[in-house]
Amino acid sequence: MSFVKPLLLGAASGLFALHASAAELRVGVEIPELSVAEYHKPYVAIWLENKDNREVTNLEVWYDAGMENNKGNKWLKDMRQWWRKSGRELDMPVDGITAATRGPGKYDISFEASDARLKDLPAGNYQLRVEAAREVGGRELISIPFSWPVDKAFTASKSGSKELGEVALSIEP
Amino acid sequence: MKPIKLMSAVVLAGATLMASQVNAHRAWLLPDAASFSGEKPIATFDAAVSNEIFNFDHFALDPKQFQVTAPDGSSVEVENGAKLRYRGVFDVTLKQEGTYRVFTASQGMRAMWKDADGKRQMYPGRGQAFDQAEFDKVVPKKADGLTVSQFSRRLETFVTNGTPSDNAMTVSGKGFEMKPVTHPNDLYAGEEATFVFLMDGKPVKGAEVVLVREGTRYRDDQDSIEAKTNAKGEITVEWRGAGRYFMEAEYEDNKAKAPATERKGSYSLVLEVLPE
Repeated sequence: MSFVKPLLLGAASGLFALHASAAELRVGVEIPELSVAEYHKPYVAIWLENKDNREVTNLEVWYDAGMENNKGNKWLKDMRQWWRKSGRELDMPVDGITAATRGPGKYDISFEASDARLKDLPAGNYQLRVEAAREVGGRELISIPFSWPVDKAFTASKSGSKELGEVALSIEP
Repeated sequence: MKPIKLMSAVVLAGATLMASQVNAHRAWLLPDAASFSGEKPIATFDAAVSNEIFNFDHFALDPKQFQVTAPDGSSVEVENGAKLRYRGVFDVTLKQEGTYRVFTASQGMRAMWKDADGKRQMYPGRGQAFDQAEFDKVVPKKADGLTVSQFSRRLETFVTNGTPSDNAMTVSGKGFEMKPVTHPNDLYAGEEATFVFLMDGKPVKGAEVVLVREGTRYRDDQDSIEAKTNAKGEITVEWRGAGRYFMEAEYEDNKAKAPATERKGSYSLVLEVLPE
């Protein structure tokens, strides 16, 4: 286990392993209600980015995956940070990551530490990044820094101003 | 090279010669967007010579003169080409993943002299393409005021479907060219980008490069970025915000092959810089 801190080695490692298996990372994403003439549900990418090596771990990507001839892929690039850092190298849709777009509301998604996306995540400094882009609308990116793993519960949140409402991150050790 | 391409080169030489006679004008090939996602996206282009960047205020470049190199190195035809009064338009379907180069390039020699009657002569003439056999036949070996120069022109742009690919970083080794250090379809405001200029495959110092961000009509100044290549042939650019940029570079030296005494190169490129 690469993320075991030296102090926890030995007698404590068993205990830590027990905790690690119960660990959970939760992301709350709010899609705001917008009063616009033409509303399309936004494309949203939610990923973890290692601050040191820029490695990207995709958590979810909400987009129009079901359109005929993959027409919905055309707007993936509008999530420009995600597109540059990861999207353009993926063969979309990706199983377990892609999901349908969602309308205004609050959404919670949670991942156990044993989840395929997290189980090999190296210890380090990260940012949770949530990027939303809406057809004939705007684009917004929210970043929340955090360390992985945690030894005590961690919570943080930030509010967007246009395309995103509150974005919250909570991690249980 | 297919015959159609040869013909295109002829058309180009004419167009670019005319362009060079009106110095203030800029020739460019403008993609509507440079980064694409999805299945077989279609890149659409405007090709024109203008004063304003990027408005259509002078004349059209013929779509027929442009060649397209796909990520795998194969040649692709332009589609839906039309030459309107002030701009040429065409599309390219990006069937492959990676970077496409769309370009037109020509090289040759240009001679000026005075004939026996003291009348000024030149080859190639206005609107005429360079042809070596014709050059040998028409240009005298000795004449009053005879000057011969090597010329090279290239006008290009890049568009990418998905991940930018390295084929954009290769050069032909002929004439005046730009070799990107920073990928030309991976440019972001707030970051720097480096480009190397080469003449016949070798980096050249002192090439003059000017970059102008789009929208000159809507501001008081050109607000151009001007740079000269260093000993490694490089320039490094700090972008002035997101947008599409017109880049133009010129170079000349006296290292030409006889009978030419100087070599001149001109280069034009359009780049898209995305917001952070």
